[in-house]
Amino acid sequence: MAAISHIDPKEALAVKARVEQLSFYYGDAQALNRVSLDLAERRITALIGASGCGKSTFLRCFNRLHDLYPESRYEGQILLKPDDINIISKAVDPLEVRLRIGMVFQKPNPFPKTIFENVAYGLKVRGVRDRHFIEERVEGALRQASLWAETRDRLQDSAMTLSGGQQQRLCIARALAPQPELLLLDEPTSALDPIATANIEELLSELKEQVTILIVTHNMQQAARVSDFTAFMHLGELVEFGDTDTVFTTPRQKKTEDYITGRYG
Amino acid sequence: MDTRSLSQHISHEYNQELEAVRSQLLSMGGLVEQQINQALQALVEGDSQLAETVVQTDDRVNQMEITIDEECSRILARRQPAASDLRLVIAIIKASTDLERMGDEAQKIGHLAVSLAGQDRPSGGYREIDQLGQAVQAMVRSALDAFARLEVDTALRIIREDKLINREYEAIARQCIDYMMEDPHRVRRVLDSMWAARSLERIGDHAKNLCEYVIYLVHGKDVRHGNLDAAERELLQQ
Ligand SMILES: Nc1ncnc2c1ncn2[C@@H]1O[C@H](COP(=O)(O)OP(=O)(O)OP(=O)(O)O)[C@@H](O)[C@H]1O
Ligand SMILES: [Mg+2]
Repeated sequence: MAAISHIDPKEALAVKARVEQLSFYYGDAQALNRVSLDLAERRITALIGASGCGKSTFLRCFNRLHDLYPESRYEGQILLKPDDINIISKAVDPLEVRLRIGMVFQKPNPFPKTIFENVAYGLKVRGVRDRHFIEERVEGALRQASLWAETRDRLQDSAMTLSGGQQQRLCIARALAPQPELLLLDEPTSALDPIATANIEELLSELKEQVTILIVTHNMQQAARVSDFTAFMHLGELVEFGDTDTVFTTPRQKKTEDYITGRYG
Repeated sequence: MDTRSLSQHISHEYNQELEAVRSQLLSMGGLVEQQINQALQALVEGDSQLAETVVQTDDRVNQMEITIDEECSRILARRQPAASDLRLVIAIIKASTDLERMGDEAQKIGHLAVSLAGQDRPSGGYREIDQLGQAVQAMVRSALDAFARLEVDTALRIIREDKLINREYEAIARQCIDYMMEDPHRVRRVLDSMWAARSLERIGDHAKNLCEYVIYLVHGKDVRHGNLDAAERELLQQ
């Protein structure tokens, strides 16, 4: 049985991105198998599933990171609304895609530059030159990522001098600075303490007024706390998709139930 | 879900905690069931000593409710159960409240039994109340079985049976009013019997609640305050 992948029309929500029959291959190895999924505009969708099921692979399709490897191959499409461009089409410039979609990775990956330059990076790539505007956005993004208090006096230090958790918040600030339409986060809080985690979660619920969010998390409670919709993947396939309340109280599929309740699958 | 799935968590301890609190609830059910049976017997046979026992059992029932609720809070805080585990914990918390109330009603019947034992017995004994009581006892037993075995069919049947119990109670109440008008000297005794019938009817309501939790637990469906036929059709389709 194919999993339901579309948002219930009763919800009357706009779709920000529609993934249709997306398959992905690392050379001969298939990592995603015909995944279809809608991301509701200005809502948070959580993507959960066991290690190795393809969550990061799925996220990387959204900003064409796989293009860096010639042997990788996509099938299907990812339509970004409202203009319906197919993100993974060869005809679409990956740079344009990356301008509209912010991404935070599983492991913090700051550039070997100053804290300021890291956050300002996305704006400069977009050709923003107004110094005052850039400073304002950098401060705003650092505040949003709850990193401002710790870095305001050392913006010119190398980002590499930050702790792991601080680096992760820096990467969140970097993704936020250009005000993306879609924000993808791959386990953004796995290296953070409970307070920083709560701050990021709070930030996500504030951000969703402006941006559509897809978050990968291994923490079931986090998915239950922050998301409006939850998608569960297993071995490269989408098993279940639905509103988070339903998925966490009465999931339809036994596989989902076993996973979220910590049972042997 | 079925009863086996309780033991399939990766965490052994979690399996044991859920199993333990579930069996505590079932023993509480057993105790309340016994309390109800004894209350009815004490009343029908005019056995005031047995009635005293019933009254005293209530402390134990109350204590069990507290223990079960504490254990459930602990599981909620430490395990953050989801899906069927969450529904199980919620159903247990609710069921323990209903069982405690059933215990209170049994205790009331115990007090009434003491009072009635000190008055003359009616010529027909307490036949109507006995009948109502038997029906309620059977209902409680089936409700607890349905809870233990997660049997939705049984639960649905009991929910329907509750209507019959309510009707039977109303018949008894009407009859009691007739008696009181006929013979004003017996008002005290008739009123006592009417209160006992009322308590039995309440126990039936709580048994029905237990059955509603069984359906919630198994299917995640809340059938309270709703159209049971529609709910049943929907459950059958699944
Ligand atoms: N560069 C790669 N080349 C070949 N196979 C890969 C590559 N990256 C990932 N895979 C494989 O693709 C599958 C999905 O990996 P992916 O990283 O998407 O999983 P994940 O769901 O993000 O897991 P985790 O929760 O551990 O981060 C795995 O079997 C993995 O071994
Ligand atoms: Mg990953």
